[in-house]
This record gives sequence, structure tokens and C-alpha cells, in this order.
Amino acid sequence: MPKREDIRSVLVIGSGPIVIGQACEFDYSGTQACRVLRAEGFRVILVNSNPATIMTDPEFADATYVEPITPEYVEKIIAKERPDALLPTLGGQTALNTAVALHESGVLERYEVELIGADFDAIQAGENRERFKEIVAKVAREHGLNAESARSVICHTMDDCLAAAGELGYPLVVRPSFTMGGVGSGFAYDESDLRRIAGAGLDASPTTEVLLEESILGWKEYELEVMRDKADNVVIVCSIENIDPMGVHTGDSVTVAPALTLTDREYQNMRDVAIAVIREVGVDTGGCNIQFAVDPRTGRMIVIEMNPRVSRSSALASKATGFPIAKIAAKLAIGYTLDEIPNDITRETPASFEPTLDYIVVKVPRFAFEKFRGADRTLTTHMKSVGEAMAIGRSFPEALQKALRSLEKSGSAFSWAPGELPAKEELLDACRTPHDGRLRTMQQAIRAGATAAELYEATSVDPWFIDQLFLLDEEAAELGAATELTAAVLERAKRHGFSDAQIGEIRGVGEARVRDLRHALGVRPVYNTVDTCAAEFAAKTPYLYSTYDEENEVPAGERPKVIILGSGPNRIGQGIEFDYACVHASFELSRAGFETVMVNCNPETVSTDYDTSDRLYFEPLTLEDVLEVVHAEQQTGPVVGVIVQLGGQTPLGLAQALKDAGVPVVGTSPESIHLAEERGAFGRVLAEAGLPAPKHGTATTVAGALSVAGEIGYPVLVRPSYVLGGAGMAIVYDDETLSRYMAAQEGGHPVLVDKFLDEAIEIDVDALFDGEELYLGGVMEHIEEAGIHSGDSACALPPITLGSHDIKRIRAATEGIARGVGVRGLLNVQYAMSAGVLYVLEANPRASRTVPFVSKATAVPLAKAAARVMLGATVAELRAEGMLPAEGDGGTLPMEAAIAVKEAVLPFNRFRGVDTVLGPEMRSTGEVMGIDRFFGVAYAKSQAAAYGELPTKGRAFVSVANRDKRAMIFPVRALADLGFEILATEGTAEVLRRNGVHAKIVRKHSEGPGPGGEPTIVQCILDGEVDLIVNTPFGSPGQSGPRLDGYDIRTAAVLRGVPCITTVSGLAAAAAGIQAIVRGDVGVRSLQEHAQALRG
Amino acid sequence: MTQAVLVLEDGRVFHGTPYGAEGETFGEMVFNTGMTGYQETLTDPSYHRQIVAMTAPHIGNTGVNDEDPESGRVWVAGYVVREPSRVVSSWRANRSLDDYLKEQGVVGIAIPGTRALTRHLRERGAMRAGIFSAPREPVEALVERVRQAPVMEGADLAAEVATAEPYVVPAIGEKRYTVAAVDLGIKGMTPHRMAERGCEVHVLPATATAEQILGLRPDGVFFSNGPGDPATADVEPLREVLASGTPFFGICFGNQLFGRALGLSTYKLRYGHRGVNQPVQDVRTGKVEISAHNHGFAVEAPLDGPFDTPFGPAEVSHVNLNDRCVEGLRLLDGRAFSVQYHPEAAAGPHDAAYLFDEFCEVMNRAQA
Repeated sequence: MPKREDIRSVLVIGSGPIVIGQACEFDYSGTQACRVLRAEGFRVILVNSNPATIMTDPEFADATYVEPITPEYVEKIIAKERPDALLPTLGGQTALNTAVALHESGVLERYEVELIGADFDAIQAGENRERFKEIVAKVAREHGLNAESARSVICHTMDDCLAAAGELGYPLVVRPSFTMGGVGSGFAYDESDLRRIAGAGLDASPTTEVLLEESILGWKEYELEVMRDKADNVVIVCSIENIDPMGVHTGDSVTVAPALTLTDREYQNMRDVAIAVIREVGVDTGGCNIQFAVDPRTGRMIVIEMNPRVSRSSALASKATGFPIAKIAAKLAIGYTLDEIPNDITRETPASFEPTLDYIVVKVPRFAFEKFRGADRTLTTHMKSVGEAMAIGRSFPEALQKALRSLEKSGSAFSWAPGELPAKEELLDACRTPHDGRLRTMQQAIRAGATAAELYEATSVDPWFIDQLFLLDEEAAELGAATELTAAVLERAKRHGFSDAQIGEIRGVGEARVRDLRHALGVRPVYNTVDTCAAEFAAKTPYLYSTYDEENEVPAGERPKVIILGSGPNRIGQGIEFDYACVHASFELSRAGFETVMVNCNPETVSTDYDTSDRLYFEPLTLEDVLEVVHAEQQTGPVVGVIVQLGGQTPLGLAQALKDAGVPVVGTSPESIHLAEERGAFGRVLAEAGLPAPKHGTATTVAGALSVAGEIGYPVLVRPSYVLGGAGMAIVYDDETLSRYMAAQEGGHPVLVDKFLDEAIEIDVDALFDGEELYLGGVMEHIEEAGIHSGDSACALPPITLGSHDIKRIRAATEGIARGVGVRGLLNVQYAMSAGVLYVLEANPRASRTVPFVSKATAVPLAKAAARVMLGATVAELRAEGMLPAEGDGGTLPMEAAIAVKEAVLPFNRFRGVDTVLGPEMRSTGEVMGIDRFFGVAYAKSQAAAYGELPTKGRAFVSVANRDKRAMIFPVRALADLGFEILATEGTAEVLRRNGVHAKIVRKHSEGPGPGGEPTIVQCILDGEVDLIVNTPFGSPGQSGPRLDGYDIRTAAVLRGVPCITTVSGLAAAAAGIQAIVRGDVGVRSLQEHAQALRG
Repeated sequence: MTQAVLVLEDGRVFHGTPYGAEGETFGEMVFNTGMTGYQETLTDPSYHRQIVAMTAPHIGNTGVNDEDPESGRVWVAGYVVREPSRVVSSWRANRSLDDYLKEQGVVGIAIPGTRALTRHLRERGAMRAGIFSAPREPVEALVERVRQAPVMEGADLAAEVATAEPYVVPAIGEKRYTVAAVDLGIKGMTPHRMAERGCEVHVLPATATAEQILGLRPDGVFFSNGPGDPATADVEPLREVLASGTPFFGICFGNQLFGRALGLSTYKLRYGHRGVNQPVQDVRTGKVEISAHNHGFAVEAPLDGPFDTPFGPAEVSHVNLNDRCVEGLRLLDGRAFSVQYHPEAAAGPHDAAYLFDEFCEVMNRAQA
């Protein structure tokens, strides 16, 4: 059936900010959908609050709304754009929930918008656990299939829960309905667990519903990715097996594709059940994911759940098989059937087939526990990972080892380093609790003498996978025992995935020596193609992976090549923003006549889509793997250069080594990058340009640090030298705390001690420099005061309190730095403006996290322009081409330009017990943008997009540190004028009352309940009696009373999902935003309209 | 470790290590792309005289059990894998694949280059090959010996794999139909699928005459899959069955014989279809089924509409969407039909199981 002609315009809903459980896989899927719909001639209307996405690039839709994804805002968009159809299945749970809300409130009907890709009933059937259980039972009954659900009870109150527990017995699984990524779910081993977990789950569920079910902990876990078209053709795209058995969220599990421990009978039964369930649920068109658990002792199979939409696993399955699920789901939604859609990879066979793999894919999660001190590191059914890496190899050991080194985290890869090991029992004990790096703990346990049976008993990991770990251990032993590293010995190790570094570690020689020897012996990987068909048909699309096998399949190059190094697994501080920059570079350089070659290992991203670049290498971003790709590409044609400045710290860290190996690195040279990173050298650049930096010094001892602090004065910002993303940074106000900080540092490593400008306004700048001309991309003013990591800080562009004179100074300073460092491409500088002095905090000659935000706020494709500059174009040429504005830049935006506010999104709801106060260490996972003509509205939109609508009435609780008491008065009065009832702790209330703001005193948490049972503020929050919290942190760590109070208040706020503002400037912005909402003048406007206004 | 070699008739050599029994073996080199179902594949009689290479890298993970074989023995002439499993992981398994192959005397080899081998066969076509566990002769001599092995074209193999004596598979539940099934290399799942639907299946030797077949007074006649070149088979018995008006259903080799009985010819595919992911479209409904395949030959028939046959007008009922190869034939009156692929699956998806229902319906109509 051809495409539908009765639909002309389609609204696509994205997934909003990157959060744990919903990451850039939905940018990948949404981008695919938008591309398909536009290519098919539809008018595409898109809403997504996340500016760092490719999908929100203006060229992917006809009308792109960077607006909050809430029913209220989406309704405004529908009213304005009047789309014929809504496609809700490619934007994760956020899009699906929004679509359900719009359906339920009658908006879709009122505006005659048809839901395509899934209907409301199918969504309900898939997501409503009771109905789903009935469906599974019906399928088993009517089709005679072996399928059942775990025994379970749906509960709406705590009393229901307790009664159900009596019936099912402990341990129990608690699963709230309609939450994404398993928020609020967990195992209850006893009644107190149940009260805690189910209580939070009932709150987290929009339908106040949790499911309690029998424990299937330790069972084998599988997923199938299924596609169905409207002619009822169904295909299974991929099977995925979780190495971590049931009990660990699939997003936190190490997973493998295809499933490796099922016979055909079991697999076909699973397939039959999946197909029957999907038909019964009524997913008419599109992709869905269905999860199974299998009892390893009996084969009893339980259907766990299905998602009637594209999911994280679909992204993984797409990358694992070459079958583009999102793209095809979009085509199916507009009426095509699977047999009418060609397989892009073979181009000759249709999409109505099931991919077959002649390789193994392994996905490993990446965690960020180090950022969340106090967080529980045990892996549970509640997802905690922030990213993932995928690797492909011709065998499981090869793929697994590649995947582990793709994590780029020391201690991730298996190690056979000489030295004392912990006792076997200790390691086995550690294996019992699922944790980040459990496979490595298992590998260490094998080294310490654990048997396969002992490991199985401790972990329930399938014996086949355990044996593969033993195989690796035996191979390592053989490698270590070989008298000489011959070609045969090396080849064998390489086939098992050992890196040069691991080989060097085992043989006691350096990685470089191993590599030289290996190259001298001619032992190099070949590149095989992900071809969907195990080589049955010739592949036309160069989607490649390395393996030590027989035949190289790298096709001959046609044009000069540019290799772009991606950013690897998402992590805090390095996420989708860098993928955005890489993808832009690829698009633009391809357009400019280069052959683009992408190297990356993150399956969630747009960059690892096979049609983003001319060639795709799905490879770890280690020096070894990158050098081999460069070598392979050089064999088939000239490589003009490698781009390392767009993928964040990962490729940047390889720059010098690549250059040393003779690889042409384009753009800012590795030496210049070093110049900006090395403090002494950078100090000379600043001195030459006449720019001040905050006073600073370096210390290695407590005494040294105290003396530096004495010289430059408190407060000081301290951090270990050479750290990334602000790890280990702290702001210190006194000797005692500084001493404690220094004592906690690893001995001998220098610590940088900087004067902390606590009254300063922090400013972020992204600029482009070609060696002659500077293009100031944008100037962002932080809304939070100094001291909060720029990645966690809200900011406004154009800056709201800086005048043109200030911007002129900023431009001159930025140009001075660019020239001094020798930038060719992008430069990010952070400034602090204090008492009229512009201090330079740091400069990074590379793409920054804010590049996509600046690009969207100013309607200029900065990353594309940067890629061109790196390859020799000048700013003047790009102005002439129209890529950059003919005159002016991001510093000369007209007065009537819209104001864009970026807000960070923090994962505190995932990590209970972690303090939510922001500081110099970055902890946000994603960001949103609010854009409007008025700052208050833009800020309100950013809050609505990040955390939910700001309250417009109710109770506001205010408790601020002494230093903030003066500044809070005006905004708190504004809140009171808007009708808020103000609650405050005693000290704050006194100040407010003295200034004419009525405030009711509430008891501090540390004071406990009053004699008449008066609740403390924490209790009030937990009881849902507070709608807005303003709590600025007090003093320094170690101080007891007030600080602890703040901690408990913020924790309670996270638990109840109450907006919690932790800075006075944030409070001022919020008050302005609430005023705007109350006035009711909040409209929606597309990026295309904003751009028109800027150009007009 | 001993070095085994896989030698192709065009001189290409793959080095590896022995797997299963040691010794030497010859056969037609083919590849199978299924990711599951090695036990079913090994015991499928259609693989008689073929050396099968698995494109999926890890083979043997779930060991061997007593329920999954499709016949009483392993039929492949040789087995080529990449990563043989060292352990068995399945609650149903009772031994390892390695032991099973040894016990069945099947010579195998583990080579890294299974993908290179597949690409080679894809480009050059299926060809003869030999596996030598511990070769003592130079490669040239081995190539020579491979070239002396018989070719698949013109090979009449059905009698070698089929049952010597007739036997009956009783209906499961109430008996509704009697089916005469000619065994040309039948898989165990096929009579089982019919028995599930109330058929009492009389399995007959490949050499069964029309008289023997029709003498059972069957409600329907079935011709199974099987090895060899369909051009060599005698189609007279089938012609007589069709002339009798008895409902007919054929699978794979049975489809090829049906084609020949209708006056069509068969030809050898360059490298065949062997796997469990092939898209086949039902020409009448447009529906696509994902199906299990194992065939090196195909029927030549007009794809653009019905054509005349001695038994009335017929049409191509199913087409492979990958290469537009004929996957099914049917007399327009509906009483006789066949498919080139495997609705009994094992290994493979069950999408085409409805064809057994159709066969029963045809028999039901004929009974009425």
C-alpha cells in the first residue's frame, strides 16, 4: 500500500532533555522520522525542548518548536499549526505520555488530529499492566503458546500493597505504572522496603498505580525488537540477551545481540508470543519492544512487558543489525508496508525480512556514580547508567573486550596486571551484588581461583558467558606464556579482543612497543560490513567494524577524506552536544565535497547512523582503534585530516598522539590545545593579551595550600590539576575546610588554588576563529551566580545584564586569546565579571557543550562553520557563502531578538540520598531551552521544560543563607504580590517581615516537631503542602545544623517533585517567569519564525 | 594444535582446527544463515552430501537434546563453524555438539574465515569442497581430490535418505484425514504438523509408485523436501496422483517435482537459499511471511500470471522478495499446491504454518 494522501502535515513530538533512561536514542529516532516525513513531502512540525538535538535543527522540520513538551504547550502548537496527524512513538515515554494526555483532554479530537503510528487503545493496552496480563493470558490460551505473566497484583494504595505482599510473599518487585526508565521501581525484601519503595512509586506514577509481582530474580532476560505494518506483516528485527540476569534494569545490563543461549524451539516460541502479543495489543504500525524472562532450570517463560514505541533497545537493535527501526517505523506510520520499503544496506532486498548477524554485538552501560557521592551503587530495576557503548566483533570475546574499552574509563577493561589480587571469596562476594563493572569483578575472581560453578552460584549469569570469561583468562595465560610475540601469537590474542595495551600489560612491555611489533609483523584488523544478511547479499552501505578476520571490505574512496572522531558513550559533561557538533561537521563537509568518515561507539546517537556520514566505523575511540581506522582509510585514498575538536574530551585526548603518529590533525593544533590547557603557558597568553585571571597558586601540601589561600584570600576554588568536568572541585571558605580538602587528596598531586570570585557574573562565550577574523557566536550570561559548573548553570543569550560596551570587551578578550593560542575553529571561553573587571577563568579551543544552544538561539550553524574553518575556509568566505551572517555576529544581536534560556536537567530523582546543591562539579545529564521575546517567559519555559511548570499560586518556602538575605527581599515580595503564601525559617522570616513581606515561620528540620505537633518544613514538603522551595546552601561542608537542614529540605523536594531553587538569581528569574505566566502572555514560536525575525 | 583445512574446488583454502570427528569428507559447499537451530539443520536430510558452513559465529552453545532432531541422524557431509562452544548451556541438553558430531562421525572444522567463505560462495556460486582434519598431502593434491568428488547437478539422492519401509505417524487427537506422504528426505516436523491437525500420515519410500500412493485411498498426497537435483527425479507417479484429482501438497523438493509435473523446468541457483529469514510474498494476498529455506534449485515459471498445464491452469503463488525466485505453485482450482520453502520450520519461524491448515481445508472440501 502506498503512502497516505489524506495527510499533509505531521506533528512529531521529541523526548525533551537527556535524562537517565531517555537519552539521545530519541534524537536518533526523531531525526530519522523527520527526515523520512520531509522526504515524503509532508509538512513536519516538531516540538522538542532540547536544543542539543539534531532533530531541532531548523532544516529537519518545516516548523521547529523548541518549547516545553507539556500538554499545555503542545496544545498551543496544535492550535497554531493545525497538523493533520500526530506521531508520538518516536519520542520515548515523554512523547507517548503527552499524546495520551492530549487525547484524554479531547485536544486531538477538537483540532481533528489523528494519532498515527499507534493508537490510544494500543498505548493503553501495552502500558496498562492489568490489561497486558490479560493479553498475555489470552495469547497463551488461544494460540496454545507457552507464555505467562509473573503472578502479580495491581495496587493503588499502601493498604493494597500490604495485602498483596501477604499473598505473593517476599521478595517482591515493585513497578509503578507510566514512568520511564523504571523510575520508582525496586525490590522489596520485607515490609519496610515495601512501604518505602511502593510509597515513592505510588507518587511517581501519574495514575497512582504500582504493580507488585513475584520475584524472577536471576532468570535469563531477553528482548525482541518487533516491527509490524498495517497489512499485518511482522518481522523480528533483533533478539537481545541480557548477560546480567533479571534484577538489573536492561539499560544497566551488559547485553548481547543476537541471543546466544536459546535453541530454535525456545526462540521461535518467543517470536510467536511476541507477534501474537503485538497483534492483540493492536500496535498497527511501527516498532515495539517486548521483554521476556526464562527460568534457566525449567524454561518457564514469562512475558515481562512491551513498549508500543521505539525505545533505547530499538536504537541498539538498529545499530546492531543495520535495520533502521525508527526510519521504517515512520514510513509504516504514513501508510507503507514493509515489502514496499527497500533495505538501505543491500538496496536490492526489501525491509520485510529479519536481519541475520554473522557477528556479535555487545552493549555495556556507563555509570557516573563518582559524581553522586552517597548514591547507592547497587544495580537494580531502576536504571542508573548515563550512557552506553556498543561494540561489534566476530566473536563474543572480541566484541566484549572492544565494548569494555569503548567505555574509556580506567578500570573498565579486563586486566591481567601483575600484582596481589583480593581473595577469591572477597571477589565472589562482590559479584553477588550487581554493580558497575561486575564482569570485571568476575574476571578478577577467575584469576583468584573461582570456579565456573562458584561464579554461577554468585551471579546467575548464564554458564556460557561465564565460560567465555574463562576462555579469555586462558588466552591471557597463553599469551603470557608464549616465548615470543610472533604473528600467530598476536593474531590469536587479537581475535580474542585483547588491545595492544592489554597485551603490553600481560607481556610487561609498553603499548607502543606492542603496536610497533604488531605492525612490523603485519598483524592488522580487517573491516567487515554490517550488512543485515550475513554476507548473503552484497552491501552497498559502508557501515564497518574492525575484526581480526580474513577479508577487508573497506571500499575504495572517491573523494578526499575527512575522519571525524565522535565522543563515545554519553557521560556527564560529554553528551549529545558533542554528537551534534560531529554530525554537523559531517553533513557540511560532505556537502563541501569531502568524503566523511565517522568513528564512534555510541549506539544512541545520530552520528552512528549509517546514513549520517559517507562511511561509518563503529569502533572504540582509543588510540589503537583510531590509528587502525586511519590506516585502513589511507589504504583506499588520501585522508586530508582528522577532526578531534568536536567530540569533546575523548578525541581531544588523542590529538597529540595522533599527530605524533603522523596523522594529519586539522583545525587547532594539538600544541595549541595544550597551550590552553597548561596553566603556565596559558598564563603567558593572557599576559600578552593583557587579560587578568583570578589570582591563583598551586599547592601539594596542606601548609602550601593554606599559604596560597592566605595570599589570595578566601573564598578559593580548589581542584586537582588535570581534571575533567570539574571532578573533585570545591569552593572553600576557611582554613579548616581547606586543610581537610588537602588531606583527602592523593599524596603529591598538585592542587590548583584559585581566588573564587563569589560576587561575579559568569559569562560563557563560543566563538569561531580562522587565524584572522573572530566570529563571536554567542555570549551567555549565567543566571546562577559564580561557582556553579557552567554545565549545570542556567544561562541567558543574549546576556540580560551586559551592555554593548561589555560585549565589546568580551569580543576583544576572546580574540586576544584565540590569536594567542592559535585557534583554527571553535573556542569556548569562560569569564567572570566582577567589580567591572573581566577575568578569564578558562579557555577551551574546541566545541563546547553550548554550541548547539548558541546555534539555535542565534540561527547560525556554528559547528558547520567550524568544520569548514578547520579545513581552511575563512570567516569572510563563510559570510560570503551565507553560512555566517554577512555582517555582525552573535554579539551584535538586535534589541528585539528573542532571549533564549538554557536550563540544566539534573538526575537527582535517580540517586536518592544525594545532595542536590549545585557546585563546581557538573552533574546534569541534559539541558533544555526556553525561548521568548521576554526573559521571564523564556525562563518560565525553561523551567516547565526541565522540571514541570512553575507554580502560579500556593505556598512558597524560603530559607536562605545570610549572604543572600538582602538580595532575596525583592523577588520574595514579588511572589507574595502574586498571591503566594510565604513560609520561612525564623531568620529568613525576620528579615522578610522587617521589609514588609508577611512570612509564616515554620520549624526547621533540626528543631523537630513542635510541642503542639507543629510539623517541620521537611514534613510539610513531604505532606505536599509546599509548592515552591527557595533554599540557598549555607557555608561549607562540615558545618552541621543549617547545612544539614538544607540537605533534608532538598531531598524532600526531590522526593515530592517540588521545584527547588537554590540561588537568589534563580529566584529572581523564577519570579519574573511566574509573573509572565500569570499575565497569560505565553505564546509559542518556531525557530524558523525566530530566525526570520533575526534576519528581518 | 592440529591444523585442519577446508579446500574448495577452485583452489581456495581455509585453515582452521578440527571440530567433531576427525578424518576427511567431501560435499557441495553451502552456507546457512540461521542464527538458531543448528541441531535441526544438521539432521535435515536435504543437507545430504553437502558441507554446511554456519554464518552465525557461535555454534553449539545449547548443546544437543533428544527433542529437536529432524531425523534419526546427522545428514550433513561436513560442518564448518567459527566458534564452537566449549560448554553446554540449556536445561534440555544432554550432551555437547562436539560429542554428538564425533559420535555421528561428522567431520567438521572451525575456521575464522566463515564470512570470507560465504562471500566467496556468494560471488562464485556453490561448489565442491573437502575438509581434511590432518592433511598429509599438499594443497594442490587436496584440490585435485575435491574436484574428483561428484557434483550436485544430476545427483539423485532422495532414495539414499528416504525411509526404506513405509511407516505411519498417527493423528494427534481425532483422525480426520489420511495423508500419503512420499519421503524424499522428509523432516520429522512435517508429519508432526499434519498429525497435529488430525492427519494420519502414511510415510512412503521415495520410490513409491502411484499405485502404492493412491492404493492408500488418501484424502491428500504430500511430497516432501529432499536432497539432490530435481531434474533427475521421476515425476510420473506425481502426474498420476494429480490426474486422479487427489488433493496435493508439496514442500521444497516436492515443489520442484510439482513444477516438473506441470511441465515446468528447474534450475540450479548460484548459491541457494539456506536460512530462516527469507521474505516470501503470497501473490494473492500480498502478505509477507518470514520463512525457513533450504534449497539449491528452483522452478522456472512465469511470474506475470496464470499459465496452462496438463492439469488445468496454474499460477505462481509465492515469490521470494529478495531475488524474485518462485517460492510456490498452485493449480487455480486449488486442489494442488506446493511451496519451495519450509512451513514446518524447525528450524525457523512459524509464519507459514497456515499452509498445513490450507492443505486440510482442501482435503476437507474434497471429502465433502
